[in-house]
Amino acid sequence: MEQRLAIAISSAQTGNIWQLLSRLGRAKGLLLPVFLLILWESLSRFGFVPPNLLPAPSNIVITVWKLGAAGELWQHISITLYRVFVGFLIGTFFATILGGLTGYSCLIRDLLDPLLQSLRNIPSLAWVPLFILWMGIHEPSKIALIAVGVFFPVYLNLMSGIQNVDRKLVEVGKIYRLNDWQLISRVFLPATLPAYIVGLRSGLGLGWMFVVAAELMGASQGLGFLLIDGQATGRPAITLASILLFAIFGKMTDSIIGLASHRLLHWQDVHASNP
Amino acid sequence: MLLIEGLHKRFKNGFVGLESLNLTVNRSEIVSLIGTSGCGKSTLLRIVAGLDLPTYGEVQIDDIPINKPHPEIGVIFQEPRLMPWLTVWENVQFGLHHLPKDERRARASDALVKVGLQDFARLLPRQLSGGMAQRVAIARALVTNPSILLLDEPFSALDSFTRMQLQDRLLEIWESDRQTMILVTHDVEEALILSDRAIVMRGNPGRIHLELDIDLPRPRRRTDRDLQYWKEKLLSTLDLSNTQTVPLEV
Repeated sequence: MEQRLAIAISSAQTGNIWQLLSRLGRAKGLLLPVFLLILWESLSRFGFVPPNLLPAPSNIVITVWKLGAAGELWQHISITLYRVFVGFLIGTFFATILGGLTGYSCLIRDLLDPLLQSLRNIPSLAWVPLFILWMGIHEPSKIALIAVGVFFPVYLNLMSGIQNVDRKLVEVGKIYRLNDWQLISRVFLPATLPAYIVGLRSGLGLGWMFVVAAELMGASQGLGFLLIDGQATGRPAITLASILLFAIFGKMTDSIIGLASHRLLHWQDVHASNP
Repeated sequence: MLLIEGLHKRFKNGFVGLESLNLTVNRSEIVSLIGTSGCGKSTLLRIVAGLDLPTYGEVQIDDIPINKPHPEIGVIFQEPRLMPWLTVWENVQFGLHHLPKDERRARASDALVKVGLQDFARLLPRQLSGGMAQRVAIARALVTNPSILLLDEPFSALDSFTRMQLQDRLLEIWESDRQTMILVTHDVEEALILSDRAIVMRGNPGRIHLELDIDLPRPRRRTDRDLQYWKEKLLSTLDLSNTQTVPLEV
């Protein structure tokens, strides 16, 4: 750490910005947000930004704190997390089965994929009234909406991942007379993992997006509810607080997949291996 | 031991890859298939490997017809084709899933020693050089103790030093195990160093042009005068003036 600081200082002295930046490692990701926050706070303090439209960051943090103290905060966070989690599991489950089948079998792909692709193009919000009609206004319709959102990226990435597995590797499997199941588990599965994980990350991102849509309609709890509640009751700080929390938890859940991906895919020989 | 009779391969676009091909390979013989690009040598090898089916004709090993991959046949391709997510150790054992653990370990160990990679078992394919990766591929083919090895230009993607080293290693392996080998190559010197018999192929359509028994005593040296004589003989049969490139994958 000290060494890094020393190198950083000497780099600054020699005026080499790029060297300085590269020495910071992962911490570089914080530079821009911190800078923007400071800028925002200053602009608010000096009155350049109207507080009824865009409260200062400090105000938002205090609002979050108050909510936390009142005990409501964790309820909202946990119900939203629950919806995302369950929706993600259901969506991933079906996407994995269907993506696996359509990827592996041309026949099944020709039968199912056109239909699924058309469904994919239906905008997310269009599903809302339908699900509410079918499943009522409570949890099932919300979770169904999230599951639909998660489904398509996972399905698409898995299907195309399987189709793009190197034919040369599959042939090696055939030479050793692997049966269909062995080919799938020993060649296709690991070979498709990179694409699958990309699908999972996209799916998760969409899951967070869809939870907002789900909670905007007829929810009495959750971060999405807070979003609307802040606007309806003239408390923009609550709306912004909700946005902040979405960002934090969205990023956290994405990082979990990111970490798993790093561990599971360390064998890859790609551009990303050498930053 | 290996009998190829009346082999004929026509691809979907009508292109005739192989025509009326007849070949006998005897036990423990090293035979090279040599010819310019597109003459059908890889097509032939793939059919013998059981990866493709001929349009007409038959391949037999000890009277057993071959129409799919056979446990007695090991294949080494031009690229190593290692599973990138497996270590060297795991890659070598790839074909041994039906054996108990001890047996797998013993065979993998032996094979790695044969190719000189016993100290590199923990590495991943991305950490290997081209020559090392190809050696792992050879080890992987050897662990199933095949009586026949099919090699499709196994060293053509490597630099000449590594190529020479691996050719020597292949001969060492043959000295101890005496597999029957069919080696596809476009390298005349390689054919002369390694094989007992050179089968010269011509393409369009693919057929055997002639067979040459290499009457050179082993061990052969690349600098031998006699080798040069054979080189000239082989080169003259190859008709290098007529090189038409024809597509292989159709």
